[in-house]
Amino acid sequence: MGLFDLFNKKKSGDYAKDRLKLLLVSDRANCSPDIMEQIKNDIIEVISRYMEIDASGLDIQLTQTESEGGNGTVPALYANIPIKDMKTKSKPVK
Amino acid sequence: MSEVIVITSGKGGVGKTTTTANVGTGLAKLDKKVVLIDTDIGLRNLDVVMGLENRIVYNLVDVVEGSCRYKQALIKDKTYPNLFLLPSAQTKDKTSVTPEQMKKLVEELKKEFDYIILDCPAGIEQGFKNAIAAADRALIVTTPEVSAIRDADRIIGLLEANEIKKTDLIVNRIRMDMVKRGEMMSIEDVVEILAIDLIGAVPDDENIVISTNQGQPLVGDNSLAGRAYMNICKRVLGEEVEYLDLNDSGFFKKLSKLFKKSN
Repeated sequence: MGLFDLFNKKKSGDYAKDRLKLLLVSDRANCSPDIMEQIKNDIIEVISRYMEIDASGLDIQLTQTESEGGNGTVPALYANIPIKDMKTKSKPVK
Repeated sequence: MSEVIVITSGKGGVGKTTTTANVGTGLAKLDKKVVLIDTDIGLRNLDVVMGLENRIVYNLVDVVEGSCRYKQALIKDKTYPNLFLLPSAQTKDKTSVTPEQMKKLVEELKKEFDYIILDCPAGIEQGFKNAIAAADRALIVTTPEVSAIRDADRIIGLLEANEIKKTDLIVNRIRMDMVKRGEMMSIEDVVEILAIDLIGAVPDDENIVISTNQGQPLVGDNSLAGRAYMNICKRVLGEEVEYLDLNDSGFFKKLSKLFKKSN
């Protein structure tokens, strides 16, 4: 990509490539949207025990990342969880 | 030693049959004894692309059912005496043949031919299973489109699961003008996404339409697609061939301008 391209907006070829990369990760993982929804709900439930989060702004997706071993890319679960309040909710003492 | 190659894609309409016709004819041109098998039962097409539709007497289903010997069903090519076609049946369905029957037939053909090339139907059902049952290696055809690449990825997974270890990619119908504008994924993008070896790229060339109209594969002629297919054939034979510069399509039809591309 040349310097000139930096001033251009993203082209459809790049969109295609980005969409495919994400799509194939979930295809390969055989992970249906239903399962992703379940994972999302479970994450909300667990994190909510410790802090207040914005459940509507939560975004999770399967993606690819460079492996730490340096041998290509590996699948990764990416989660962006907006936190409303870091204050630890007081746990009920038993 | 003969080699059994399946040409497959998952998605329909990406150029499997055209690729089968051109790779088969190209290998025959390179003095190999080749048989092409159309495994798309019910939707026979390889015969018309090869221009042999008027010569069909028996077909693949007749052979596996034992209604005739395979030699009776083979159609000799118009141009190359070392190239043969085993046509598919038009009136039967995909369940007429089993993977075991395909394996048995291919074993017999191996005694006589250097290359057995199987044109696989679209999809991943019975027809696909029949086509890959006897294959040693696969050429996966895709176009630089989201749907075709997604299906190709699925096919690659299924081939791995069926222990076909050697799989190579053909990127078909690439339009360098669109790649340059950023409106089409490049060959490199497709290879990166699918993560298998590239064996060649074929430009979107109107000569393909013309050659199909005439029933005469264009492999080895001076068109860009003809040269691209011939290079693929040489690479199938294990030769190292430089990648074609596909940029000289359309208006600037320069003489074969070759350049080395890191692959």
